[in-house]
Amino acid sequence: MTTEFVPPDLMPALPEMVMLGMTCLVLVVDLFLPQEKRGFTLLLSISTLLLAVLAVGAVAPSSGSVSSFGGSFILDQLAVVLKIATCVVTILVFIYSRDYLKDHDIYRGEYYVLGLFATLGMMVMISAHSFLLVYLGLELLSLSLYAMIAFNRNSLAASESAMKYFVLGAMASGLLLYGISIFYGITGTLDINAVSAAIDGQIEQNPTALAFALTFVVVGLAFKLGAVPFHMWLPDIYQGSPTAVTLFIGTAPKIAAFAMAIRLLVDGLSGLQLDWSQMLTALALASLALGNVIAVAQTNFKRLLAYSTISHVGFILLGIIAGTASGFASAMFYTITYAITSAVAFGVLIMLNRKGFEAENISDLAGLNDSNPWYAALLAIAMFSMAGVPPTVGFYAKLSVLQAVVQIDMIWLAIVAVLFSVIGLFYYLRVIKVMYFDAPASEQAITIKDALDVKVILGANSLSLIVLGIFPSLLMAYCLLAFA
Amino acid sequence: MTVGLSHYLILAAVLFSISIAGIVINRKNIIILLMSIELMLLAVNINFIAFSHYLDDLAGQVFVFFILTVAAAEAAIGLAILVVLFRNRRSINVEDIKELKW
Repeated sequence: MTTEFVPPDLMPALPEMVMLGMTCLVLVVDLFLPQEKRGFTLLLSISTLLLAVLAVGAVAPSSGSVSSFGGSFILDQLAVVLKIATCVVTILVFIYSRDYLKDHDIYRGEYYVLGLFATLGMMVMISAHSFLLVYLGLELLSLSLYAMIAFNRNSLAASESAMKYFVLGAMASGLLLYGISIFYGITGTLDINAVSAAIDGQIEQNPTALAFALTFVVVGLAFKLGAVPFHMWLPDIYQGSPTAVTLFIGTAPKIAAFAMAIRLLVDGLSGLQLDWSQMLTALALASLALGNVIAVAQTNFKRLLAYSTISHVGFILLGIIAGTASGFASAMFYTITYAITSAVAFGVLIMLNRKGFEAENISDLAGLNDSNPWYAALLAIAMFSMAGVPPTVGFYAKLSVLQAVVQIDMIWLAIVAVLFSVIGLFYYLRVIKVMYFDAPASEQAITIKDALDVKVILGANSLSLIVLGIFPSLLMAYCLLAFA
Repeated sequence: MTVGLSHYLILAAVLFSISIAGIVINRKNIIILLMSIELMLLAVNINFIAFSHYLDDLAGQVFVFFILTVAAAEAAIGLAILVVLFRNRRSINVEDIKELKW
């Protein structure tokens, strides 16, 4: 038997190859840089991400999708939009975190190299169209994040949260893999299209085995997304990690987790939609309830944002539950805008840090308006957006998800979601109240760094929340196109 | 009695359950957690190989090689984090990890 080796079409994977090559370059260049020239690593990392964005734009198909590597890699509109969003958010993260890293004596190349590898993992996840590639992308992301959390070696809280994230993350991957292995056994293939086709044929004969495997996959996904009751790691990791790392974990990986959910559940297991939409409904309700209610009791701002993430995951799941193209598009819109919003919230928090002082409590924000009205206004916009107050983008995102849910006649679900959002309003508004009306507790007034570049970019980032809120079709058009 | 597919699947399921129990019930040592994680991945590998043989399809065995590689990287990072944790905490007891609680 002779089999001819046909080299795969490498072009669709050009952005990933650019990322990989440039990341290796950053790794080596950083090795030879003296500490005072570390800024060059940052510059190189940002240009890597910009190059990746350009590469995505260059290979983006004008319509439909391109697949390569025997169908295991796909480049469609969904992948293009999500990859660009991931890279842009990562650029923001790198810019915001610079001063924090300097102040805490962890201004090292590892942060950027691990961040770039994590971004590469996310891009692979977004484009994955076989179970193998989903797993490999996920592991590249997770392994980089474990190391990133622990890289402030002298912090006890950071090493503890790294250990927790490692154990729970590895367990989640194991559960996901177990589910995948059973799907492989039932369908005899790893390719997501082929799995989807095989399930349609098998659904009559093997409903129990399919539901069994699906449960493991959904649990693994819920762990990665941070949906209740698999959310335990999220608050601890947000609180324990250095804020620069929390900023990263709280933004870009959400986009990748959403992509993974779409690839696995919608592309691969659409035949089992009845089963997984029930499971996701339970997860979404629990996330909305627990996230919003427990966030009320938090005094630590990072922990508060963690619980708020959990409640936002509930909303994202609602869009997926709707199961219609408009539902998926609104969930995608929600995910991307959430990542942008939380970049602002963490970005302002990170600017409050200074040498020997870790700003992380809500009370640390007291009197921010007096000392720096600009940052207070930016954070207020982010809080309004998370709460869903018009004209910020959070309002439109919530509205479109609820619309999709109402369209499939699950009005009760929409009502519950709105009720819990109202509870959520309380703790977002409390942050604003503390910033504008409370006096700082200690004599030491808030000192906020005056780096002009961060100030401008953070301002533009925050302003985009209002622009997108008034003209949501700027982004929504692409989201709808991705599921057209 | 011949050993069939179901025997392998049962073995894998038992190993998988042991590893989950090892993570959940374990109250002693973090190294046991790391061992449980490895066991979990190996249970999945047994599943894949059994299916691969039964279906006469090589993709499952290829997947196993990838899992083994990733498991090695994972163990390296896990142990590295453990060393960092030990330096800070002077203990690898699960019950001593209580800095972060809600």
